[in-house]
Amino acid sequence: MERVLRDRTAAVIFLGPALVIYVCILLIPIGWSIGYTFFSGSPISGFTFAGFQNYATLVQDRRFWDAFWFSTRYAIFVTGGQIGLGLALALFYHFYLKRSSALIRTLVFFPVVLPTVAVAAIFQKLFAIAPQYGVVNAVFDLIGLHSLVQPWLGRGQTAFWVLVIMDVWRAMGFYAVILYAGLIEIPAETIEAARLDGASGWALAQLVILPLLMPITISALIFSLNGTLKVFDSVVALTGGGPGNATTPLTLYMYRAAFTNNAYGYGSTIAVMLTLYCLIVSLLAYRFARRDV
Amino acid sequence: MATTLRRSAQAATHLRQRLHPRRIAAGLIVGLLLIIQLYPLIWLLLSSFKGPTEFNLRPIYALPEGFYWQNYLDAWTRGRLNIYYLNSILVTFPALLLIIATGLGAAFAIEIMRWRGRNLVLLTFLAGIMVPLQIVLLPLFSAYYQLQLLNNHLALILTYTAFGLPLTIFLFTGYLKPIPREVIEAAIVDGANIYQVFARIVLPMMANAIVTVGLVQFFFIWNDLILSMTFINDVSMRTIQTGLLNFVGQYGQREWGPTFAAIASSVIPILIIYLALNNLIIRGLTAGSVKG
Repeated sequence: MERVLRDRTAAVIFLGPALVIYVCILLIPIGWSIGYTFFSGSPISGFTFAGFQNYATLVQDRRFWDAFWFSTRYAIFVTGGQIGLGLALALFYHFYLKRSSALIRTLVFFPVVLPTVAVAAIFQKLFAIAPQYGVVNAVFDLIGLHSLVQPWLGRGQTAFWVLVIMDVWRAMGFYAVILYAGLIEIPAETIEAARLDGASGWALAQLVILPLLMPITISALIFSLNGTLKVFDSVVALTGGGPGNATTPLTLYMYRAAFTNNAYGYGSTIAVMLTLYCLIVSLLAYRFARRDV
Repeated sequence: MATTLRRSAQAATHLRQRLHPRRIAAGLIVGLLLIIQLYPLIWLLLSSFKGPTEFNLRPIYALPEGFYWQNYLDAWTRGRLNIYYLNSILVTFPALLLIIATGLGAAFAIEIMRWRGRNLVLLTFLAGIMVPLQIVLLPLFSAYYQLQLLNNHLALILTYTAFGLPLTIFLFTGYLKPIPREVIEAAIVDGANIYQVFARIVLPMMANAIVTVGLVQFFFIWNDLILSMTFINDVSMRTIQTGLLNFVGQYGQREWGPTFAAIASSVIPILIIYLALNNLIIRGLTAGSVKG
């Protein structure tokens, strides 16, 4: 028995292919990328050793910090919206719709599986101003709020909010289902007992339900942050980072540095910073959760 | 008589329940929610049938006057959606097969077989869930350039596999854990070797897991933008996402009809898959995120 389960050749055959692909395409390139950060140049121009020059440039680079703040702002608002509205929806499903919520859950979940490019193209048209008004401007025009008719994606401030609305719209149904699954786990007796003790409405939610839902909410939060800090597709497809650089997150700034300016070392330095940033935020959220629960 | 009375009394309470303010509020919220979530998609489908003059002369929210199929014809001929679709299929399905085969093998070796260091190997795989694609983009780009794999679907298939493996192995090991060890031990006592254990005992039990993992990875790969726009720039090799992005960039401003038709063409197949398999999809996608 032991002999069969400890068969070395078989273990290599089963594990080998996955491990080789994973190490060659994911692990080694990470090390390679860190190596790039100490060089300047590109494969075409040749590399020269630069020490910590890339890191020094990065600290002084205003556009890097703009991108950093954009990513942070985007992550705060989108994650906040996804988890906040997801939670509201989950409570609504569980306490108002009860057993009949399956169809609504399914419909609200749907946009998650849609291709980002298609979603962004729809939102471009919804918020369009030329050559004809999109739905949003047309409706404002119709009800007489002419001052609100504006180039939504043509201004940094409004483009940011369209982006936030789009990504919250797309993913709130996903987080609603996750949190709803957590809600059903709470025993009905617990809620009933709290009700008998006089808790109701907001007090019930605040004192009983939300604390019990905390662990799954934190997991959802970490998952969401991990996605929003790495936002790329939505931005590329909706605004292309513009107008100007107004909606350029770290990922897109890195992409431009690497592939438009051919600065491999600098691009990798941004990528390494981005990775560290995601790791630190996840660890902080995790530590915070551990202390709290 | 008594039953009639009871019935009408029941009907009255029913009506009262139905008109309860709480229920009306819930109904209004449901209505609003459905409008918010579904209107953009319905609007997309309706707009894809509008002729060019309709866009100019009538408000954008007006219903189409008829079915202007020319939009779809334009999207598929000038937009080359047929080529992009074919490329997406040629990339997605081999990648899925590779992810499932190698991922299931690895999960089997880690969870069922016994050797030193398997926990470390599992952790190494799981760490990959956190890694942003951006950090490997440049090294992979140079490597594929050296190996002449740029503009080659193999580059995409291999990269999708590497990035699909962490979650896949996480899910598969989770599915393998509850298999009773007695079943496997009994088979070994009966003389089965390790390959027979895999093929005859474990594999049949993994049918559901394979479908779940396959669906989750399908959406990741099919919807990918960053890898396909980095490794492919030959128009004839493009996948549907980069193809659509370029189509919208090129014709999106002026030709709304064909643009809507192109977007709808990328949404409709996903919609059909979702209508058929929504329970499995929801379970799979949510299992992949918050079990950890």
